[in-house]
Amino acid sequence: MKQHRTTAAILSVLVQGLGQFYNGQRLKGILLAAIEALGLVYLIPRFSHAMWGLATLGETTQKFVKVKNSVVLQKGDHSIFLLLDGMIVLLVFLLFALIYVLTIRDAYQTGKLRDEGKRVAGFSKSVSNLKDNYFPHLMLSLPAVGVLFFTIMPILFTILLAFTNYSAPDHIPPAKLVDWVGFRTFTDLVQLKSWSRTFFGVLSWTIIWAVTATITTYFGGMLVALLIEQKGIRFKKMWRTILILPYAIPQVISLLIMRNLFNGQFGPINQYFKAFGLDGLPWLTDPFWAKVTVIIVNMWVGIPVSMVLILGVLTSIPRDLYEAAEVDGATSFQKFRIITLPFILFTTVPVLIMQFAGNINNFNVIFLLTNGNPMKGEYQYAGATDLLVTWLYKLTLDNSKFNMAAAIGIIIFLIIASFSIWNFRRSRSFKEEDMIQ
Amino acid sequence: MKKKKNVLWLTISYLILIAIAVVAIYPVLWIVLSSLRPGTALYSQHFIPKRFTIIHYKELFTTKSFMYGTWYLNTLKIATLTMILSTFLETLGMYSLSRFRFKGRQTALTLMLVLGMFPSFMSLTAIYIILMQLNLLDTHTAIILVYSCGAVLGGFIVKGFFDTIPRSLDEAARIDGASHMKVFTRIILPLSRPMLTYVALTSFVGPWMDFIFARLVLRTKEKWTVAVGMWDLVSRYQDSNFTLFAAGAVLIAIPITLLFFFLQKFLVQGLTSGANKG
Repeated sequence: MKQHRTTAAILSVLVQGLGQFYNGQRLKGILLAAIEALGLVYLIPRFSHAMWGLATLGETTQKFVKVKNSVVLQKGDHSIFLLLDGMIVLLVFLLFALIYVLTIRDAYQTGKLRDEGKRVAGFSKSVSNLKDNYFPHLMLSLPAVGVLFFTIMPILFTILLAFTNYSAPDHIPPAKLVDWVGFRTFTDLVQLKSWSRTFFGVLSWTIIWAVTATITTYFGGMLVALLIEQKGIRFKKMWRTILILPYAIPQVISLLIMRNLFNGQFGPINQYFKAFGLDGLPWLTDPFWAKVTVIIVNMWVGIPVSMVLILGVLTSIPRDLYEAAEVDGATSFQKFRIITLPFILFTTVPVLIMQFAGNINNFNVIFLLTNGNPMKGEYQYAGATDLLVTWLYKLTLDNSKFNMAAAIGIIIFLIIASFSIWNFRRSRSFKEEDMIQ
Repeated sequence: MKKKKNVLWLTISYLILIAIAVVAIYPVLWIVLSSLRPGTALYSQHFIPKRFTIIHYKELFTTKSFMYGTWYLNTLKIATLTMILSTFLETLGMYSLSRFRFKGRQTALTLMLVLGMFPSFMSLTAIYIILMQLNLLDTHTAIILVYSCGAVLGGFIVKGFFDTIPRSLDEAARIDGASHMKVFTRIILPLSRPMLTYVALTSFVGPWMDFIFARLVLRTKEKWTVAVGMWDLVSRYQDSNFTLFAAGAVLIAIPITLLFFFLQKFLVQGLTSGANKG
């Protein structure tokens, strides 16, 4: 009685879809066989070359060859294209392999139905089955393809780059080849004096920045929110609207404005200083003051965000808590310390952690305001206010140190990921999302 | 006694609020006034110009080397198409992740989270090379695709919204014989109009702000967006063309700021819904 299921499965192993054909699902079988044919046509001419490319990243460089009396440029292997092609072919191969395995399983299961004496679904039934049971998959497929091409593939590719020596000046194709170097990029980053000094310098400033920026905007926002929501303050709506303004203006614009505002020579801020008989400050050109400036400007940009958040929380604090406290004769300060503050902290901690993670990656404020400058002599391609992300950006676009940039990207990911995982573990709602229903 | 203390405290509060409000408004006012000032210099003796002019607004559109008009139209086009495509992709993806329980769903959600943690600039090189291989470099199609596909990963707010629509609604419709597609288009979409507005408008605003990917993908000046153009103006001619920059900045900031105030309600909901998760 076990006949059909094994025969169907074995037939499907031999030729994809043959098992379905044997089971009486002819159209489906033919379709599946066609898919396999398509896969083979694509893969056979490419696969071995792609794997060779992926493993060696090319063997011959371009060179000038004498042909008769002239010198001709003979094309060599382009390591980066070989890497990308190899990756794409490998992904296609995995996709077809997945379909292959699923087909065998399907043949086996249909065979089992026949063994049990049940009817086998016809083609139109199969299609409507697909539409009913696989509706979410169909819906998801389009966004998934987009994400695959423009997010997953680039990230995979960049991760691979971290393990090569793809960097200027010695390993830039097509003139030169790129090779796999294992973890050497990472060890260089922390051990080689010239790199490690920059890396640890930038890393420590990134952390100082993220902590200060998060705390200043958070408590600044809380202060503003509490001031507005006080009893006795009038025109609450007007204050809110005015103070939300910095949040509403596109960051690119407001930060470029700030850059002019803090201009050491001609900017209005230093003009006011001079009007009071003070020397202006080197806001953007001195390493220390540049750091102060980015933090101040970030407060201007970030306090409204926290304000909006905390205003929202304030309205959700139950009134009867305060009434009970008043009955007990609590002062305003006591009410704040015992009710308001714990309530705000408790509800906003997850957002606070995500803001911290976001500040580690706060590219705009730094890049638009100081561009990472002022330059620091002992740093490799970085300035005094550069964060890891802006350094990564400069290494990629200005200095073509692609492998270093990729390694730094992976390190940033590890930092952010550990914070986020910790955060999600803390918040129960991630596990219990179905409870909303 | 207590009343006196209260009045004092209120006065202090008002003073602090006024100070903060001045700081919040000052840069905005300064840039608007600068855009109306004759001359090109950053330096000016008076906060309020002696004489007002709108010549810089005219210059934006008439200067040959500075193609503000073209960039503005480019950005408008890119923003509109990005809005349509990313709203479409996001709604499709998030609806199926929110509504259905299927194998691989949890994996997909985790994957989304993990991918979102990589710094987006990390893949600059890779995107550049992929676009080069696809022959899409320096085209608006490419930048629209990059924006829209990136937007899908930020779809958790949308998923959260779909989560709150009671499932009994679609179950009832299913029992009445409606197909999945019908449930989606006839019941869910009309209910999620506020969410759709939010997604559409935020993805519309994105291209006005981003200059990183735009600078990478769009190589020729005629293809640029306003963000790239403005950044180029400031970083190249720091203080010599300041008033022109001011005029350009005002023209970009006005529509975006208005959109923001329109969106405010949804934004607050989004922020606080994140907060209540604790």
